[in-house]
Amino acid sequence: MAKTQRTTRNGNGAAVAAMTPEEDLSAYRMMLLIRRFEERAGQMYGMGLIGGFCHLYIGQEAVVVGMQMAIGESDQVITGYRDHGHMLATGMDARGVMAELTGRSTGYSRGKGGSMHMFSRERNFFGGHGIVAAQVPLGTGLAFANRYRGNDRVCLTYFGDGAANQGQVYESFNMAGLWKLPVVYVIENNRYAMGTEAGRASAQTDFSRRGSSFDLPGEQVDGMDVRAVRAAGEKAVAWCRSGKGPYILEMKTYRYRGHSMSDPAKYRTREEVDRMRAEHDPIEQVKQRMLAAGAITEDALKDIDREVRAIVTEAADFASTTPEPDPSELWTDVLR
Amino acid sequence: MPIDILMPALSPTMEEGKLARWLKKEGDDVRAGDVIAEIETDKATMEVEAVDEGKLASILVPEGTEGVKVNAVIARLTGDGGGAARPAPAPAISPEPAPQPVARDPEVGIEVDTARPAAQPKAAGAPTDPAIPAGTEMVTQTVREALRDAMAEEMRRDKDVFVMGEEVAEYQGAYKVTQGLLAEFGPQRVYDTPITEHGFAGLGIGAALAGLKPIVEFMTWNFAMQAMDQIINSAAKTLYMSGGQMGCPIVFRGPNGAAARVAAQHSQDYASWYAHIPGLKVVIPYTAADAKGLLKAAIRDPNPIIFLENEILYGQSFPVPQLDDFVLPIGKARIARAGTDVTLVSFGIGMTYAEKAAKELETLGISAEIIDLRSLRPMDIPTVVESVKKTGRCVTVEEGWPVASIGSEISARLMEEAFDWLDAPVIRVTGKDVPMPYAANLEKLALPSVAEIVAAVKAVTYRE
Repeated sequence: MAKTQRTTRNGNGAAVAAMTPEEDLSAYRMMLLIRRFEERAGQMYGMGLIGGFCHLYIGQEAVVVGMQMAIGESDQVITGYRDHGHMLATGMDARGVMAELTGRSTGYSRGKGGSMHMFSRERNFFGGHGIVAAQVPLGTGLAFANRYRGNDRVCLTYFGDGAANQGQVYESFNMAGLWKLPVVYVIENNRYAMGTEAGRASAQTDFSRRGSSFDLPGEQVDGMDVRAVRAAGEKAVAWCRSGKGPYILEMKTYRYRGHSMSDPAKYRTREEVDRMRAEHDPIEQVKQRMLAAGAITEDALKDIDREVRAIVTEAADFASTTPEPDPSELWTDVLR
Repeated sequence: MPIDILMPALSPTMEEGKLARWLKKEGDDVRAGDVIAEIETDKATMEVEAVDEGKLASILVPEGTEGVKVNAVIARLTGDGGGAARPAPAPAISPEPAPQPVARDPEVGIEVDTARPAAQPKAAGAPTDPAIPAGTEMVTQTVREALRDAMAEEMRRDKDVFVMGEEVAEYQGAYKVTQGLLAEFGPQRVYDTPITEHGFAGLGIGAALAGLKPIVEFMTWNFAMQAMDQIINSAAKTLYMSGGQMGCPIVFRGPNGAAARVAAQHSQDYASWYAHIPGLKVVIPYTAADAKGLLKAAIRDPNPIIFLENEILYGQSFPVPQLDDFVLPIGKARIARAGTDVTLVSFGIGMTYAEKAAKELETLGISAEIIDLRSLRPMDIPTVVESVKKTGRCVTVEEGWPVASIGSEISARLMEEAFDWLDAPVIRVTGKDVPMPYAANLEKLALPSVAEIVAAVKAVTYRE
């Protein structure tokens, strides 16, 4: 389970994992799947096939894909409501995720959860939580269970720069530090809590230092570079697994889309978004690196693109053709 | 192959909008992610991003057009021939027809569906108490001791059961309910938490989602309001929202309601608050035997349980059967006293008033039947209805506030299920509709009294 750490430096001087061509390709493929899946979800939302709230992960793909490369099969993952990428990265089936978005019986929550509330016990994905920061004590509790049982599992607990201002985050930091719980707090700092730029809501915008009053170590990571995410993830996971307690990773990332589908994102300029896409796109970075190294051809990339699109198309078809839940499902799963 | 670009819905309530501007013109190449148009709704201007790649073959809705319906075709792309690109999934034909995108109520943003929901399945009959074998020794125990024994027995039985809360370990419990547990089970099973209700409630729920069976003690339920979001949104709803995957076997317990002279913030009855929530079970014992048998059942139950105790009852003694494994069913009321003229329905400390009132009523020649609900969710309404069919009258007794109280619920259910047997309106005897005052005389006035119960019974039996 523990991975050998092979790190080097990227152009910004950040420590990055030395990835084999196979690992690069695997990361590229998963990030592309998330991107295309989310684009299609946005489109299906526009058609009225997906209802309610829908928060897309476009732009942030390197965070979850890099972290997933740093953990093992039995480690747990929990996050908030911008969760589609996490589900795909943990190996949940695109069809079941999309079918939950459309509220069908074949969705992961049998149509009763929707975009923000999906789970897979099989993939150790514990949601999918709609209340900002509620997942932080829950993830701390998953880590508590690991320690209680004496296993070496680690829980990745994701939340955003907005959630980082909720009180329960610090209640969790305190207990995790006190009891040395194996939890990596992954703060996905995409710079905007809905429409509020971090500096307008946070007295301390270096989120990696948010655990300092509890003596929790933390570091900032280039969340647009999957290699940097992976390197930091491996270090943090190794720290937790060795019994030293929690670790905070602030992922400096960016979402290209609005907070949710109905957010026009007028609080930032188009130029800012374009600059991030042009200069820091997580998928483009891997692609260019692979091409420059001669590790892959343009034709092979096109094949991957075609495969990924086929998966997404199949998921969309599945999600728009399988039935809604039976009316009797209204009354099931309230209690066991 | 051509790809239709449809007018998107940009919010849950949008039905139409203005196509304000095209940012691409016919003949332009379009890449996925390019902004191709801007749309205005009553709320905002939004950018439309291309999902597919190709050449913009034709613009079908010119810029400036108002009232463009969601899902109308606004342009066509010629595909890049990549094979995987294809028209947006049209409402598909399938053996079980999938619904079309539905009309949305612009006021509330929810789907309008005239189909009636399936009726709630009838709950199976409430289970009955286990028979206590003849010759079973009855020992006198306080409620406090009974609760402690229940936890200890279940912790011996199941290593996944642990206790956490403020002062539960080294201090032996703020009200000494966890006395001795640390000595027997050690710090790996009995956790003193920081004063951090929201955090440790959430942490306990996370541990329960992972399959452990936490007993989370709140020093009093008053402090659990800090944890309300985790209790309701995480513990009660996750099983449903996960389509049955994520069970949450957790017990939240502690003293509920008024103690004595601690004023409004420390004297609140949460019975009706939690009884309101689907996904929870709510238990509120009165006697020591019920406290023991029901807490053991709660710890074994795979659902989140709200276990409401009472500080004043902790020190009261009752006979408890000496059995190796005394477990009572959740959801079953107990007929505490048989009678013929009126049904008194109560629970928890409310039972102390009901029992005293029944004795006084006896001297007046009125025979009161007392039902101790024991569980508030599920609530054993059939037992109440059966009693009312016999007595024709009902008075409810609780310390909580009157509005949307447990008595209100019983009153409504009797209207629905026993209307023809009622000879008088149901009367609720409750705490007064004010925050709990500190002054001794006012506090007494704020709580229900035996005299109020007697007066209510006289009213429903038309004795005065």
